[in-house]
Amino acid sequence: MSPERATIAVRCQGLVKRYADVTAVDGLDLEVRRGECFGLLGPNGAGKTTTIEILEGLTEPDAGEVEILGTSWARDGNALRERLGISLQETQLTEKLTVGETVRLFRSFYREGRDPDTVLSQLALDEKRDSRVGKLSGGQKQRLAVACALVGDPEVLFLDEPTTGLDPQSRLQLWQIVMGFRAHGGTVLLTTHYMDEAERLCDRVAIIDHGKVIALGTPPELISSLHAANVIEFASEPEIAEPVLRALPGVAEPHRRGPNWSLPVGSLAETVPVLLDKIESSGAKLVNLSTHRATLEDLFVALTGRALRED
Amino acid sequence: MSRRYSPLLEMTSVRIKEFLREPEAVFWVFAFPLLLAAALGFAFRAKGPDQIPVGVVAVSAADSAAERTVASLARDPGLLVRRYPPVDGREALRTGKISLLIEPGPPAVFHFDETRPDSRIARLEADDALQRAAGRKDLLEVRSEKVTEKGSRYIDFLIPGLLGMNLMGTGIWSLAFSVTTARSRRILKRLVATPMRRGEYLLAQILGRLVFLLPEIVVLVGIGWLLFGVAVRGSILLLVATCLLGAMSFCGLGLLIASRVKTVEGASGIANLVLMPMWILSGVFFSSERFPDAVQPLIKALPLTALNQALRGIMTEGRGLTGIAPQLAILIAWGLVSFGVALKIFRWR
Repeated sequence: MSPERATIAVRCQGLVKRYADVTAVDGLDLEVRRGECFGLLGPNGAGKTTTIEILEGLTEPDAGEVEILGTSWARDGNALRERLGISLQETQLTEKLTVGETVRLFRSFYREGRDPDTVLSQLALDEKRDSRVGKLSGGQKQRLAVACALVGDPEVLFLDEPTTGLDPQSRLQLWQIVMGFRAHGGTVLLTTHYMDEAERLCDRVAIIDHGKVIALGTPPELISSLHAANVIEFASEPEIAEPVLRALPGVAEPHRRGPNWSLPVGSLAETVPVLLDKIESSGAKLVNLSTHRATLEDLFVALTGRALRED
Repeated sequence: MSRRYSPLLEMTSVRIKEFLREPEAVFWVFAFPLLLAAALGFAFRAKGPDQIPVGVVAVSAADSAAERTVASLARDPGLLVRRYPPVDGREALRTGKISLLIEPGPPAVFHFDETRPDSRIARLEADDALQRAAGRKDLLEVRSEKVTEKGSRYIDFLIPGLLGMNLMGTGIWSLAFSVTTARSRRILKRLVATPMRRGEYLLAQILGRLVFLLPEIVVLVGIGWLLFGVAVRGSILLLVATCLLGAMSFCGLGLLIASRVKTVEGASGIANLVLMPMWILSGVFFSSERFPDAVQPLIKALPLTALNQALRGIMTEGRGLTGIAPQLAILIAWGLVSFGVALKIFRWR
């Protein structure tokens, strides 16, 4: 094994998965390094879940190669399962069982693993040990799902939309668990359609759309690739025509966002005064104006022309 | 490092806990067959030979011919005699309240429906009673010797049938339900993402069901024995072994039903489709011999028919292993085929 290979936890190449009416994954390449937290970011239906389930060995790809921890599912499937921790999207664990029974059941599947009670207290579930799974809140259920993934003491953790539908406090709790796992040398591959999650949690992010990687890098790299670190959003009465906006200094690619125009710009100081002048000189009235630092969301819009959360 | 856990043990104990925490399931497995046995047992309990109701037409309250006839008939303990005005008597006969209507005459007239066996018996008994009262003498001396054979009562027939029905229901439902629920909630998919051995999972489902086998047998056979004196004439060990084989065979069918369906509703539909015909055809509540000869080979090949025949063979006839070998062979065949096919087509996600 070459040293470069030893540093790769998950690699796939030319991944393709077709269903009857749709190509879910369309020639996808990825490389997740050991010890990093890697995010697959994309809207619903982009192929994130299909991709992660192929990598987890749960779905057979139509084409392409998958290499996990230097081996493959075909060669070493059973041994691989011992080394991975998985949390699926929308798994409902058995409601009649208690939290403690559920984690112990999952522990029993692994030859080596962690003490169930230790994992539960680490995930702040020790008080819920004897509660039925059916009685847990959404955040507690999601933490239990992660507990079941961690109890086998995995090297790689796969999380499919771990915080979808959770309240802000539960999300934060889950992020801390993921960060803790990574801080101890674990590798994480997660999917999300939350920008802030990818920016806060991930060392590197692959943006996926229509089953392909359309951008890849660290969150700051990706945002700076926009050549527009800031975004102006405004609305006026009457509207300013698009060619006029395009002609403004420092504006990359104006686009509509609801009733507003959204202008990615290099420098606010350069563009804002000119914009205000244009509005005034054309006799229009400014309805609102706001600015923010560019996010992955802006990048996604710039790349695809669509908002990420369009469900 | 933490202590070693046995997956088979954990999965089986989880399955048992799931069952015990489902009060409805516990009711259907244990309470329902008991209630059924008790209700049917009391409804059909032996109360000595039935009296056949017959009516006598009385024109008025002081109809002396009617009174003489009633008195003659009352000497026959097998007849229950009632008086009716003429119109009401016809009505009672037509609606089945009485089996025979007698006009005192002379000549005495018997009204009855020839297709009703009870009516034909009533006519013979009434005729005999009236002729004797009129002074007829028997030409041939006969003596009746009454036998009450244990094992020939309805409850003796019923208890093994209920046991068989219960083994079928529990086996099919517990497997079909637990596996389909796990699949529809994506628990199966989550489980196969771990190093869990798939064979062990299925084995745990079966073991989790078999744990309740012995209590089931004890409860049903015990109640039959305590309340109704239903004895097991053959070997208890053979009875338990037959129950085990039957239960396994129905576990196989349950697994087959659950092998591909994605929803619990779908599994229930198929399970009912499998269960319903056997409840009717396989001799739970009445003998399957009542169905036409042409379909008998088909009925005999059904697993519940085979199980019920084997159980009755052991319990009421005291048969040994060789006496029920054909039925056991049918059960084994069903078990092997359904397990084999189920494992081949099983869908894990």
